[in-house]
Amino acid sequence: MDTILLYLIAGVALALSLVKDKAKTATALKKALKALEGILPQFLIVLAIVAVTLAVLDTDTVSRFIGSGSGVWGVLGAAIVGAITLIPGFVAFPAAAALMDGGAGVTQIAAFVSSLMMVGVVTLPMEIKYFGKQAALARNALAFLFSLVAALFVGWAVSL
Amino acid sequence: MNKTLKRYSGVIIAAIAFIAFLLIFPLWRDKALASIAFQTTTMLLVIPPIFILLGLLDVWVPRQQMIKYMGAGAGAKGPVLAFLLGSFAAGPLYGAFPFAAILMKKGASFMNILVFIGAWSTTKIPMLLFEIAALGPRFALSRLAIDIVGIIIIAFAIKALLPKKEIERLYAEAALID
Repeated sequence: MDTILLYLIAGVALALSLVKDKAKTATALKKALKALEGILPQFLIVLAIVAVTLAVLDTDTVSRFIGSGSGVWGVLGAAIVGAITLIPGFVAFPAAAALMDGGAGVTQIAAFVSSLMMVGVVTLPMEIKYFGKQAALARNALAFLFSLVAALFVGWAVSL
Repeated sequence: MNKTLKRYSGVIIAAIAFIAFLLIFPLWRDKALASIAFQTTTMLLVIPPIFILLGLLDVWVPRQQMIKYMGAGAGAKGPVLAFLLGSFAAGPLYGAFPFAAILMKKGASFMNILVFIGAWSTTKIPMLLFEIAALGPRFALSRLAIDIVGIIIIAFAIKALLPKKEIERLYAEAALID
């Protein structure tokens, strides 16, 4: 769904740019291609890492991790699984909802959703390329810790 | 060693490791192949519009304008703008990184860059509607509220943790993007 939106925005912007200045638009597209080639090696590495991780950590395994554990270890496990996996929201949300219907705790689900969105272990090669090791590692570590806090908060807010 | 070959040496290692994985663990072979096909299609779908937008941004937005709205001296409108830009974005988080690099090149402050990345990662509006539908408004909205706080805390923390020299290095590198 959000991909359609993305194409719409890019399409309109590109059309406007073309009407205003053809030469500038050509430069923009050249820059786009160059930027893409710049990140391509990291892209390809991430692809291989993601493929292997998601083969081992498929939806069933993920569900078992999040659904089974309760308490602190369940929350921590859910956050770790969320940090490692790379699943688009439109797949993750319905899966999370099904788990919740099946009896998984709200706090665990919240930990999973939060760290899934904020933490990207498998995409680290790409993040490091633009932000350096220090900033990328700091951001992911902080985001991981924060997703535990967020999970406790959401668990509390939903229980009100 | 050839420059291109050197840049892609990591890819070659990853490819060999991937093939080795397929050979050693036949149990996961089908799943790994299906997932690499799925991720490749997602990336191929998402990448063109994001890179077109960053190319257009680079060409059309003058540096002075970016500094005025998102630079270090822009005041409160900087983070607000960064937050909106990230929230209305679409696509996975890895799309935000090349975009952020262009914002850096144009003179957006590091704090605003961090807010932009944070917003892109967790407060995307299209995804929020999805989340409300699947997990309920209480879950989605309380997560949104706490995550907005988190984005700001994380941004401040990274800025405080990172040596000034490292930030300068990142900006110098972003400036080299053509």
